[in-house]
Amino acid sequence: MKSCASKLCLSAIVVFVAVFALSGVGLAQDTIKLGVAGAHSGDLASYGIPSIRAAELVVKDANAKGGVLGKQIELLLGDDACKPELATNVATKLVSDGVNVVLGHICSGATKAALNIYGSAGIVVMSPSATNTELTLSGEYPNFFRTISYDDAQARLQVDFAKDVLKVKRVACLHDKGDYGKGQSTLAKQFFEEAGIEVALFEGVTPGAVDYSAIVQKIKRENVDLVVWGAYHPEASKIVTLMRKKKMDTPFMGADGIKDETFIKVAGEFAEGVFATGPRDVSQNPLFIAAKKAHQEAYGEDPGPFFTEAYSAALALLNAIEKGGSTEFEAVTKALRSEYVDTPVGNISFDQNGDAIGIGFSVYQVKNGVFTTVQ
Amino acid sequence: MRTPRPGPLPSGRLLSRAMAGVGGRPGHTLQLEKAQAVNTTGRATIGHTEMEYFIELFFSGLTRGSIYALIALGYTMVYGIIQLINFAHGEIYMIGAFTALIVTGVLTYYGWPHLAIVLMAAVLAMFYAAAYGWTMERIAYKPLRDAPRLSALISAIGASLFLQNYVLLAQTSDFLPFPNLIPDFAFLDPVSNLFGTTDFLIYTTTGVVMALLTFLIKFTRVGKAMRATAQDRHMAMLVGVDVNLIISITFVIGSTTAAIGGVLIASHVGQINFYIGFIAGIKAFVAAVLGGIGSLPGAVLGSLVLGWTEAFFTGYVSSDYEDVCAFVILVIILIFRPSGLLGRSDVQKV
Repeated sequence: MKSCASKLCLSAIVVFVAVFALSGVGLAQDTIKLGVAGAHSGDLASYGIPSIRAAELVVKDANAKGGVLGKQIELLLGDDACKPELATNVATKLVSDGVNVVLGHICSGATKAALNIYGSAGIVVMSPSATNTELTLSGEYPNFFRTISYDDAQARLQVDFAKDVLKVKRVACLHDKGDYGKGQSTLAKQFFEEAGIEVALFEGVTPGAVDYSAIVQKIKRENVDLVVWGAYHPEASKIVTLMRKKKMDTPFMGADGIKDETFIKVAGEFAEGVFATGPRDVSQNPLFIAAKKAHQEAYGEDPGPFFTEAYSAALALLNAIEKGGSTEFEAVTKALRSEYVDTPVGNISFDQNGDAIGIGFSVYQVKNGVFTTVQ
Repeated sequence: MRTPRPGPLPSGRLLSRAMAGVGGRPGHTLQLEKAQAVNTTGRATIGHTEMEYFIELFFSGLTRGSIYALIALGYTMVYGIIQLINFAHGEIYMIGAFTALIVTGVLTYYGWPHLAIVLMAAVLAMFYAAAYGWTMERIAYKPLRDAPRLSALISAIGASLFLQNYVLLAQTSDFLPFPNLIPDFAFLDPVSNLFGTTDFLIYTTTGVVMALLTFLIKFTRVGKAMRATAQDRHMAMLVGVDVNLIISITFVIGSTTAAIGGVLIASHVGQINFYIGFIAGIKAFVAAVLGGIGSLPGAVLGSLVLGWTEAFFTGYVSSDYEDVCAFVILVIILIFRPSGLLGRSDVQKV
């Protein structure tokens, strides 16, 4: 009797599961689901929110034109706060919600943590901002693409600029011990040494500390020509402020982690003269101008960091689905690698590693409170 | 385009030049610098440079330590009176800083004079923080006063998370620039390579706050009542001490010191967000334990030991492992002095 009851119970469960699974499949066919994952809250939210807005604008346009492959596009948001442990949860959630392609994640560490989950589900992921070199060049993530250059390219530009324009002899490379920061600084160190420039100091500082004067004194003692900062803006503004308050005029250079209006807002007058590398200036591109105008109309303000890359990534993903004729992994990746698409960052396609062809970095300097391109 | 590279100073004059007010780093022209490059590789000024570097690191550690101490004082006082680790203390510090930022913004808009803005911001920050401290004690701790100590601890962590998220939702998750409220003192200019005006104010405030709190607890009527409450709450009640009032006063005073810390430290760091209280609070808690929790001079000593350990380790070894080193020192000290540097080893009451 007991075994009979448990069998009945078991079969009831099987039926329920089957019904839900089938209904899930049925729903997934109705729309194309574009996941947008990244930091939507927390202290790095200013990097992630623009990608949601970019996706919203692109999807609104595409849906108004009848969607892709005759289907409407639906957005699924996932907030990882740039934390790897949350990113895996977000990825699992998106996969179980039947996402077709993902725009994200924002931070390199979180992206790396999430990629295998998407990979085993056969989902293409395109990040507007994760620049860690390994993500593409290691070849471990065939489902990963990006619309931003990787750290190698950026570090190479930093070293060339420091050598040819600033003519430095001794530098200090600092980072925040994180995936992005340490990766960026290690590369810069390697390229500086290859170029015959002495790296007098290579250290990680503790993010969020109340005071960085000890490390600033150490920089001063090493008497370097340039401080190269590898990580994000909150610590950069603390360090550069302390340096200037201690009357050190040593030039300071960061990467795209500090090329954010918040850096200038927080560091104020002390941000003047700071160098930063970031994605190439695309302000003359008509698609960029149109995207920016759409953002201003929809949200009443200028777009934030990585908006353009995210907008381009959304365009590239939808284009690949359209050209590939399906949301299947093989079709989408083949289309991404063979088709060129016009985007706000330029006319791009993707190489075998997943890096965009046709984009790059420029050097900027803070002048009168704005980042201006250095020729 | 290129800023001139500051060259090393001629041998022997480094310290005297630094003290004479040129900050030790006059700019040299590039040509001169190149000409000197051969000579300077040997670092002929090693004696003076080493000494000056040591002094610089000493002051870096003093700044860090004093920042920890400003927060640790409130922590340790509350613990001393009611044996509660008030994890939300760091959040009160953060709320003090936010209040000061908002007040400054509003008053600057109305064109108040600078000094008036500073005073008003500090006073209102202290008032707000005190109100939050008082309310928090009434809501989160008082109902649990006779509950096991773990329950109160969990309530404290809850209060901390609540306040963090409250500020996150009510204000913003962004980093906000904190205006430099405190003008640079001209008489500190000669030593500006060692410490700035805010560092100086932090040192002195830490000292004054510690002295005032010690005076309050040792020599006033309220202090006597506090000590009585700390020793035996029920006996204190029997002899006519209003224990509830005394505990509330303790929280108000602790929160006020946190707000002073908030205004000063935020001015020093130049940026705030909702999360600053947590990290600073954890470090201050560690410092208070290191010095002997419950002891006011212990909190300051523990903070300074922690600050100096971090600064000297960063300066002479590597900043990569400064936290590791700080906590190794903590463990070693606690192995030999389990109740902290200046803590008393109390026999557990039966």
